[in-house]
Amino acid sequence: MSHDPLIIVLIAMIGGAIRVSTPFMFVALGECLTEKSGRINLGLEGTLVLGAMLAYATAYQTGSPWLGILAGGAAGVFLGSLHGYLCKLPKVNDIAVGIAMMSFGIGLAFFFGKPYIQPQAPRLPAIPLGGWTGVPQLAEALQINPLFLVGIAAAIVMAWAFANTKWGLIIRTTGDSAAAARAMGVSVDWVRYLATTIGGFLAGVGGSFLSLSYPGSWNEGLSSGQGLMAVALVIFARWSPIRCVMAALLFGAAGALGPSLQSVGITQGYYLFNAAPYILTLLILIASSGSQQAFRAAPGELSITK
Amino acid sequence: MSDVADPTVPLHGAALDRASAGKSPTLMRLRAASEFIVIPVLAVMAAFLLFSLFLLAIGKSPLTFLSLLWLGGFGTAFSWGNTLQRASPLILTALAVAVPAQLGLTVIGGEGALVLGGFAAAAIAVPFVGTGMPALIVMPLMIVFALAAGGLWVGLAGWLRYRRGVNETISSLLLSYIAIAIMNFFVEGPMRDLNQPMKASTLPIGTAYMVPAMPHLSVHWGFATGVVLALVLGVLMQRTTFGFAAKITGGNMRAAQAQGLPVGRLILTCALISGACAGLAGYFEVAAVQGRANASLAAGYGFTGILVSFLARHNPIAVVPVAILFGGLGAAGGIVQRRMGMPDATVLVLQGFIFVVLLASETLYGRFRIFQMGGSGGRA
Repeated sequence: MSHDPLIIVLIAMIGGAIRVSTPFMFVALGECLTEKSGRINLGLEGTLVLGAMLAYATAYQTGSPWLGILAGGAAGVFLGSLHGYLCKLPKVNDIAVGIAMMSFGIGLAFFFGKPYIQPQAPRLPAIPLGGWTGVPQLAEALQINPLFLVGIAAAIVMAWAFANTKWGLIIRTTGDSAAAARAMGVSVDWVRYLATTIGGFLAGVGGSFLSLSYPGSWNEGLSSGQGLMAVALVIFARWSPIRCVMAALLFGAAGALGPSLQSVGITQGYYLFNAAPYILTLLILIASSGSQQAFRAAPGELSITK
Repeated sequence: MSDVADPTVPLHGAALDRASAGKSPTLMRLRAASEFIVIPVLAVMAAFLLFSLFLLAIGKSPLTFLSLLWLGGFGTAFSWGNTLQRASPLILTALAVAVPAQLGLTVIGGEGALVLGGFAAAAIAVPFVGTGMPALIVMPLMIVFALAAGGLWVGLAGWLRYRRGVNETISSLLLSYIAIAIMNFFVEGPMRDLNQPMKASTLPIGTAYMVPAMPHLSVHWGFATGVVLALVLGVLMQRTTFGFAAKITGGNMRAAQAQGLPVGRLILTCALISGACAGLAGYFEVAAVQGRANASLAAGYGFTGILVSFLARHNPIAVVPVAILFGGLGAAGGIVQRRMGMPDATVLVLQGFIFVVLLASETLYGRFRIFQMGGSGGRA
């Protein structure tokens, strides 16, 4: 059965989706949290790259990939809190600050990352979940990274917290109507500052996956724009953490489609498949724009949906 | 973007209006305009100061750095050439942001329009290489294709905004990726130059169709084109009915519609101009720098252009000096790396400092009484 080209492509796509989707998942969850509070952070690409670099450097210096993940998160906290603070100032544009943070984060990562391009840091161990299948390709595809599971857990916790906790309500209210939040006695700026900072933490952890697991080393071409895609992913997921996981898997699978088609001899045209997630997101935007119904999930304060 | 109006601004304005009664209006206007010079200059100085502290913290000399920065960016004729060459695409991609910004639209898809414009120019030129077709025909054709490809791309975002209410920021960003994927598809596949095994590119467009350097200068005509376009667009936006209508629409789109302004046409026109500017940047990158279309087109000029426009406060004419500043920083990267043994990313970090401090300085507009004048002062 494993010689059928379709099966090979499918297994490669599942494996690719699981492998590639983790950073997508973390940036999407981080962006989702930030946008739920009514602010947009376009700078997660910088967070991802700085997180990847700092995680790698820390893992190399301390020998512990887990400390590396924390360091990646700390990089995200730094950039996220800077973004959150700047956007608190009146008249400062959140889109421009986001792009500035992207450039700043990448600059810092390249600056401090130069000495870490050569050495090999310890990688995160993977959990083999596919041994029972007896099919080597499938077993390889199911080499699950612990961060993948952490991401899914985080999504479930976030979804539950949004729906059931006081903090979830505060974030959602701040995102839907700043006036209503103020009437509740909530400091809108403070909530958004926190949401951007924690969102940055998640994106930084996503970055640590890039350097510590897959591809698993630090270099300047490490990110292929996963952080920039966060915004598209969140729209695609219509601001639901659970759907963010699905969207990350889908984006991951779409990215894996090219290489897996290549493995069965189809080399032409897969660059167009790379564009598939964006085309889909754009179509969703167009289809939902006319109707209030479809965009009801969007936070009302978000500048991009007004 | 702030949803809270600063209640102190009108008060200052009114108070000073009374206080300044009898003073020369020109003087007052100059005073208000100086705010747009003083604050950014102070902000850039603050950014340099912060960056100097950063250098001291890692044990490097800020003075050596600054002198090298000057040498590499603006010190010699050679460095000026390098600086202006880097500034050229920045001027054009920043104009691509500044023009729709007059309408209150934030277009961030310049990168894609640049890539598509450059690719279209290369794609139309390659079949003519070696046929002896005069450059007088092919070069205008390349320009038209680049303008059209870029214009259509951002124009699509404008059209979606007007017809369907799709947010132009997101749609232009998404269209950017799609544009890059389209170029990759062609340069990796059907149009690939098989003599270039390492880097997927189109065939070269040939020296006959390349844009020459400007006389006596080591910079191509893209720079002059950018400056002229900035002036033209500056006049269009500040001195014509079109620009006035655009500003009203930017102030309040619904009110503009109620006034009977052709909002749809304004959005489409500005989006087309925006895309055409970015497409033109792509044309010059292909026809004056690279000589072929490849992934180097997506080098981030589109994204830096967004920041240049924001730092120039979306004023088309102010875009030129800001772009030259950042072109100079980029040009100095090499010499800083060689002489100080620091990574070439050092200038990226400095750029980051400047971006962050300048954007944060936006909040200072209208806060200082010294710049206020009655009526129009203090408005950001």
